Amino acid sequence: MIDFHTIPSSHDAAKASVHKKGTIEHVWDVLRSVPDPEVPVLSVVDLGVVRTVQLKGQEKVSVDVTPTYSGCPATALINASISVALEAVGYVPEIHTVLSPAWTSDWMSEQGREKLREYGIAPPSPCGTRGADLPMTCPHCGSSKTKVVSEFGSTACKALFKCESCLEPFEYFKCI
Amino acid sequence: MGNVEYSQDARKALTGYVLGLADDCLVLGQRVAEWLGHAPAMELDIACSNLSLDLIGQAQFYYEYAGELENAGRSADDLAFMRDEHEYRNHLLVEQLNGDFGKTIVRHYLFSQFSLLRSNGLAKSNDPKIAAIAQKSVRELEYHVKFSADWVRRLALGTEEGHSRIQTAIDDLWSFTSELFNDVEQESALFSAGLAVAPSMFEEEWCSQVNSLFAEAGIKIPEHATLITKGRMAGHHTEHLGHLLAEMQFLQRAYPGLAW
Repeated sequence: MIDFHTIPSSHDAAKASVHKKGTIEHVWDVLRSVPDPEVPVLSVVDLGVVRTVQLKGQEKVSVDVTPTYSGCPATALINASISVALEAVGYVPEIHTVLSPAWTSDWMSEQGREKLREYGIAPPSPCGTRGADLPMTCPHCGSSKTKVVSEFGSTACKALFKCESCLEPFEYFKCI
Repeated sequence: MGNVEYSQDARKALTGYVLGLADDCLVLGQRVAEWLGHAPAMELDIACSNLSLDLIGQAQFYYEYAGELENAGRSADDLAFMRDEHEYRNHLLVEQLNGDFGKTIVRHYLFSQFSLLRSNGLAKSNDPKIAAIAQKSVRELEYHVKFSADWVRRLALGTEEGHSRIQTAIDDLWSFTSELFNDVEQESALFSAGLAVAPSMFEEEWCSQVNSLFAEAGIKIPEHATLITKGRMAGHHTEHLGHLLAEMQFLQRAYPGLAW
């Protein structure tokens, strides 16, 4: 079951939205206020998991969400958080899980990448470079003298690195 | 994604095939998860849990679809927890015991290389749901192959001890690889309809990848791979699957329908 206490109850961004309720822009504002439960600095929109949003009439909202990794335990929580956020401002949401096309880290927004870097996580390289051992820049000191510690980090989407200049460990959001 | 209409026979064959895909993922996912709290280093402990999560996630998608195709009201959990050993269609390779970390890594490499090639083929399946799950799996499996291949190299090229353990692992596991490439008769109609992929189609590619990795690691691959049992399609398994299921299914068997 989902622990609803972990879902933020106030959606300030949505309340501060300049768009009028009942418009698709307003729905996107609400979605931009929903954080990813594992990397809360990113919104679900930054993460690129919200694929399609449809507004039917003034209240009914249909949202297509795609999972990042097949086994990502946050998927259910992401869907629940989206529902709760939309219901909190009076929408009647319907969430659909879509698998195709498969999520890629290329869908992460530019703004999201910048937020990740500030948070101390190296943002994903372009998906086409998958498998290539690219030099990774340390998000703490900017050095490119880094080495991979493990392909798998604290969540399925991240790898572990170590900076050989500032000696800090850091995580890299894998390209997939 | 529109649902495809199948004849009763095709639907039955496809259900069985999709269950086989799910069972492979679940059984290996459960095995790898046994390392949780026991792996040789914390980074490996974390890696094993992540490998397992990917596999169990893939299994869940395939089970959900198998349940839909079967149309008998069975959920993904019913299919995973309420079927007996002889109903499981996983390849015998994935149910083999973890052994030491070297054996786990060799088993993981042999299977993920197979699963990656199979998923690459299935990503072009005429069944849109299978294609979608396979496309998603490919991206994850690329990391599984890279991770396990790196560890085969590291262990085999590191110390004498590591080398001998990787050699023992391949000697123990090799006989189970022949089953991976049997084009089973029950699935032939699915192959010709472009719904499933005949494993013989990518056997050569698999052999070339596997041979090149083990040659690089200085490991000798056994000359013969013969499996004595009739294997998964006849409901035959090694003694290890029953023990794995007993542990994995205990809670749902003791308290059917229990939810967290």
